[in-house]
Amino acid sequence: MKYILMMNTMRAGQGVPKWPTKDLQAHIAFMKDLNKDLRESGELVAAEGLSFPNEAKLVRAGKDCAPITDGVFPESKEFLAGFWIVDVESPGRAYEIAAKASAAPGPGGAPLNMPIEVRPVMSGPPPEML
Amino acid sequence: MTSEHLLRELAPQVLGAVARRFRDFASAEDAVQEAMIAACTQWPKDGIPDNPRGWLIQVASRRMTDQVRSEIARRQRETAVARDEEATAPTVDIESDMDPDDTLILLFMCCHPALTSSSAIALTLRAVGGLATAEIANAFLVPEATMAQRISRAKQNIKTSGVPFRLPFPHERAERLPAVLHVLYLIFNEGYASSVGAHLQRLDLAREAIRLTRCAKTLLPDDAEIAGLLALMLLTDARRAARTGPDEELISLTKQDRTLWDRVEISEGIEFLTAALSKGSVGLYQLQAAIAAVHDEAARAEDTDWPQILALYELLKRVSPSPMVTLNHAIAAAMVHGPSKGLELLRTLDTDARLAGHYRLDAVRAHLLEMIGDYESAIKHYRIAAGRTTSVPEQNYLMTQAARLDDNTKGADKKTAAPFRGHDPTQ
Repeated sequence: MKYILMMNTMRAGQGVPKWPTKDLQAHIAFMKDLNKDLRESGELVAAEGLSFPNEAKLVRAGKDCAPITDGVFPESKEFLAGFWIVDVESPGRAYEIAAKASAAPGPGGAPLNMPIEVRPVMSGPPPEML
Repeated sequence: MTSEHLLRELAPQVLGAVARRFRDFASAEDAVQEAMIAACTQWPKDGIPDNPRGWLIQVASRRMTDQVRSEIARRQRETAVARDEEATAPTVDIESDMDPDDTLILLFMCCHPALTSSSAIALTLRAVGGLATAEIANAFLVPEATMAQRISRAKQNIKTSGVPFRLPFPHERAERLPAVLHVLYLIFNEGYASSVGAHLQRLDLAREAIRLTRCAKTLLPDDAEIAGLLALMLLTDARRAARTGPDEELISLTKQDRTLWDRVEISEGIEFLTAALSKGSVGLYQLQAAIAAVHDEAARAEDTDWPQILALYELLKRVSPSPMVTLNHAIAAAMVHGPSKGLELLRTLDTDARLAGHYRLDAVRAHLLEMIGDYESAIKHYRIAAGRTTSVPEQNYLMTQAARLDDNTKGADKKTAAPFRGHDPTQ
């Protein structure tokens, strides 16, 4: 079964983390290792990091479907920073991976405990119907 | 040569021959793919035939003929047309197929300016490069179905555009060649820029681009810009092993271990470049290759002949002006005349809409600000650049640059800040 793990972090305006070099490097290394482990276990379907919120635009269709774009959203508390799609044996395994990602090291090497939203991916008919 | 390499080599020649004979590119492509599949299953069993190209052309042509016959039969059933239509089914003549221009025609057709660059790239890799759709999809990290659709749309566009399957006339060729070179350049860049990180198992697009450009150079040996482009690719690719560290992090040109540079590629690149430059007309690829060569010839970063690089960028600015060239020109000027001169040149780009919000402008500004010792502004611009790039390794690099400066300036002694050690203008 497939799950999307959505990593929410960094409020609007905060942008690039201003951490000391060694903490930044530890964080980067952690994320690389996590992706490597998921790839090697055969559970990784996709993983993408998203650009920082200052590049985000909110788009709505206006007259004649012409796009109306809006700048950054100051009212938003949290932003989607990136996501993983994993194909795992059980929901429990998806939560386990999410918890691991959530504990990525931040400043001073302390776990960030970021909220990670886990939701099943709608992926075709249920197995018994195949 | 393994049969896989042989097939890749032969694919465009076979496709060219079949497409020329049947005047139907889209069907020819399918027929050649079927012939390739047949070869993959039969050759390992029965051995590679004496004339592998003839074998493939014959199998593909038979598929085409079958298709034409069944199409005729269908029409006959439907409209009962005269039987002599079968005479239009072309006959197979293996010996007249050996036309080296076929590959060249394919290249010009696939890099047609009517196609978007992503379509042209995909089609070139498939038709001229002889790669499977799955391999191309993997290289661009998109699903195979997406890539298959992109390729089939490109073929459809060629069909509806009515591009005839023939070599462009000399005056058209001169007009179309820049598009061909640009597609090859983009393939190389895609491979080179993403040759880090999690994508080691991806098809090596940089190598593919070099192979295709070599092939183009063989077909048009007198063209100085093709030779220049090949030289540029070789002189850039030569630094590949030194470009990333053990943790796949980017290493700027000034900090690379130059003993890791590929001497064979460098000398080959310089040889092609020297021959091309002697032909007279100097184009943008030759100039970029010349700049790469100056970097490659310096044994240590501090030995780099910056005045020569600056002069080459000034030429490039005249031959092919663009904000990216101005940006690199500013770096070279900073290395020769000091960072203030570089920053002054950068200010001319602030109002350039083509570069508005591009991370490279902030990244270069940050480097130059660091060079004059304005660490606070440098940190700010490194972070802006990090927020704007869409490349993960580049983002990590820029964030680390900002963090390093921040660590140092927060320390008790500001003089401990790491000195500026140059910027990699070609990265």
